[in-house]
Amino acid sequence: MNDLAIVNVSRRTFLKASAGLALGFYLPLGYGRRNAMAAAGGTAGTAAFAPNAFVRIGTDNTVTVIVKHVEMGQGTYTGLPTLVAEELDAAWDQIHPAGAPADAKLYNNLFWGPMQGTGGSTALANSFEQMRKAGAAARAMLVAAAAKRWNVAPADVRVSAGIVSHGDRHATFGELAEAAAREAVPTDVKLKQPKDYIYFGKFVPRTDNVAKTTGRAIYTQDIRLPGMLTAVMLHPPRFGATVRGFDAQAAKAVAGVADVVQIPNGVAVLANDFWSAKKGRDALHVDWDESAAFTRSTDDIIRDYRKLAEKPGAVARQDGSFETAYKKAATRIEAVYEFPFLAHAAMEPMNCVVRVAPGHCEVWNGEQFQTVDQASIARVLGLPPDKVAIHMLYAGGSFGRRANPHSDYPVEAAIIAKAYAQRHGGHATVKLVWAREDDMRRDYYRPLYVHRLRAGLDAQGHAVAWEHRIVGQSILAGSPLQAMVKHGIDPTSVEGAVDLPYAIPNLSVELNTTQLPVPVQWWRSVGHTHTAYSTETMIDELAATAKADPVAFRRQLLAAHPRHAGVLKLAADKAGWSTPLAPGRNGEKRGRGVALHKSFNTYVAQVAEVTVGGDGRFKVDRVVCAVDCGFAVNPDMIRAQMEGGLGYGLAAALYGKITLRNGVIEQSNFDGYPVLRINEMPAVEVYIVPSTEKPTGVGEPGTPPITPAVANAIAAATGRRLRTLPLVLT
Amino acid sequence: MMITLNVNGKMAQADVASDTPLLWVLRDTLGMTGTKYGCGMALCGACTVHIDGYAARSCITPAASAIGKKITTIEAMEHDPVGQKVQQAWQKLNVVQCGYCQSGQIMSAVALLKSKPAPSDADIDGAMSGNICRCATYTRIRAAIHDAAKTLA
Repeated sequence: MNDLAIVNVSRRTFLKASAGLALGFYLPLGYGRRNAMAAAGGTAGTAAFAPNAFVRIGTDNTVTVIVKHVEMGQGTYTGLPTLVAEELDAAWDQIHPAGAPADAKLYNNLFWGPMQGTGGSTALANSFEQMRKAGAAARAMLVAAAAKRWNVAPADVRVSAGIVSHGDRHATFGELAEAAAREAVPTDVKLKQPKDYIYFGKFVPRTDNVAKTTGRAIYTQDIRLPGMLTAVMLHPPRFGATVRGFDAQAAKAVAGVADVVQIPNGVAVLANDFWSAKKGRDALHVDWDESAAFTRSTDDIIRDYRKLAEKPGAVARQDGSFETAYKKAATRIEAVYEFPFLAHAAMEPMNCVVRVAPGHCEVWNGEQFQTVDQASIARVLGLPPDKVAIHMLYAGGSFGRRANPHSDYPVEAAIIAKAYAQRHGGHATVKLVWAREDDMRRDYYRPLYVHRLRAGLDAQGHAVAWEHRIVGQSILAGSPLQAMVKHGIDPTSVEGAVDLPYAIPNLSVELNTTQLPVPVQWWRSVGHTHTAYSTETMIDELAATAKADPVAFRRQLLAAHPRHAGVLKLAADKAGWSTPLAPGRNGEKRGRGVALHKSFNTYVAQVAEVTVGGDGRFKVDRVVCAVDCGFAVNPDMIRAQMEGGLGYGLAAALYGKITLRNGVIEQSNFDGYPVLRINEMPAVEVYIVPSTEKPTGVGEPGTPPITPAVANAIAAATGRRLRTLPLVLT
Repeated sequence: MMITLNVNGKMAQADVASDTPLLWVLRDTLGMTGTKYGCGMALCGACTVHIDGYAARSCITPAASAIGKKITTIEAMEHDPVGQKVQQAWQKLNVVQCGYCQSGQIMSAVALLKSKPAPSDADIDGAMSGNICRCATYTRIRAAIHDAAKTLA
């Protein structure tokens, strides 16, 4: 299925991509068809809006499912169409996903209010009922049309695998499309019972399999438009530096270079193609004003943070009295943890295509944050937001990066296009392409954090006191989402710490928020990237101190949290926790470690097996992962996200570290910032807890537990507790 | 300079600077965007093509150095007997996630299977560790290579 590389919902692009496909009808929910056409295509002749315009059926029997979330690898272009296909009783190979346009009224993330975007592992969870109802409504209208045609009762009409039937009469969706379009849109639809599921819980092929294995999938990097120029940026070497002046003579002498423009972020070279633009960029001479530049080093930041960790911070959670209980404790443990800045390093470096014309702008992007980017671009161009159209493309990874709260790279592309257009007749089409080096040095990093944890056991080995202090930058402060910071607490700094599930009567979580000009942002699983590590290694250390089994110690603190306890038990059972690990060869030590963490309403436990060589180098051999994400719509997608999520976390556990020396980012490519390769990937087994709860996300929750699980395994093998990331034993 | 390249069995002309890497001739001049840019330094493998049958990183290969050689890209794999099997195995096992690295992964896997029809895990590590996948689809890449090897046997 799906020869289409990608289809945008804009009608013109859609028709072009689908070779003259005649659209039978659009199926909205609740409102009129014309409104839905306007919503989905914007070209139906009416300007009104309609919600839930997610399904279209063509007379050629294709079912187009409009997906409001970006496909960046996590499987939205398969998962959301599964929801429609199930209730529509469509054949899987007639289903084609298409990216929704930017329209917060129709395509908002239902968990985010009036905002369209993808993040927080919400795509399938927030769409679960919405997309099912859209499919069910379409089915009801096809059934009504068939019943009329055959003069039978709708209740006697059956639908199976894309065929509508009554007795020996059959019709395809395509044959009924035009008649169904004349039926009334049902205001209420019944959803299927579990016994009738045909796709839920079963394997379906990804809808992007063919496009992504043949090279036909189109990413932002692949867009080429008439008259388009490629822009490559020269950014300042230090955050806060500005352009004092520049000499573009050598750059302009490079064949293919069309122009050089200065913008607030630096200087852009525009050329006919990437290589010419990059050569022009490398030939630029810029005089930087560094009077306001940040010139400190990571070591200075860590030193400051360690001092701050000694000081009380804003209180994020307080149960009982930590100080009293800690003083009385029979055994006390204190630990300080260091977490470095991390780069996202998606395979597709950041890029964005912008076409500006008087009064209008079009954007092509693997678009993760429609409403924010639309508003940001509109602001710099002096346009109303609805004059900024966004065409959705596949994203070559993101891990949070393409949902930048400051819209950094889309705005940069828009400013370059505007600057060029001002000098060239008001029109410009510009593809901004960051080289890998630009992507790594101009990332919005996972913030650097220092944690201090103090915990106490009573004489019987029960955990009685726990104080967790976190020091680091706020992701939300100073962004359009600043309002989420309440009482001095950025929830993204303390998530995973404030909701510690363990029953410890005296518990305190504090936050010291710092300010630095180093740009920061969410990175796959956000706050959980660091809180899972300190909490799950400390609980392990408490278990060891109490001479208790790490699984049993956790379990007795989880009486009030059955879903946590459930994944813990499943992972331990499947890993063979109660049987000893096979010993290593000569000079090798082996260890098994467990970690448990809930994030984005999904519960994950992982057991890691590690072999440590005589030289201190270690290899993660096997990971057993148990996940409870509610009802499993696409089990294979869930397994893939657990495998990938823990692999992404493992890369950071082994190598991830962005450092500054006198304000300059020291890493620029995969040599200085190594990532996980195939020879380092452990064998992974994923087990899904059977559940009838509402589905929750899986894009991020696989990431947090892996690093503490590996660290706990290293501790089991060597007795050493590592408190600085990345994990280094030598 | 004007150069003539043999790409997927067809002769293609490109007027480019003499230092232009093959990657950018393929992508920007010939419009063949299946081959991807990831690092520009032969560190990630996203740009992998075959030159005279051997896997090569097109981002550091000057296009001019490929004159007179057979260049094969992902776009030709649907018509290659080994390429087809590899693509089918990838599809059967839902290997891809974001997909950006997968053209390069498939080109490396096809080159491996052409030289070693039944590769061991160590062979796969050796041939594939130059190809980064940030989605960490590695366990499925390994399984798909073994699966393709079985269907080719």
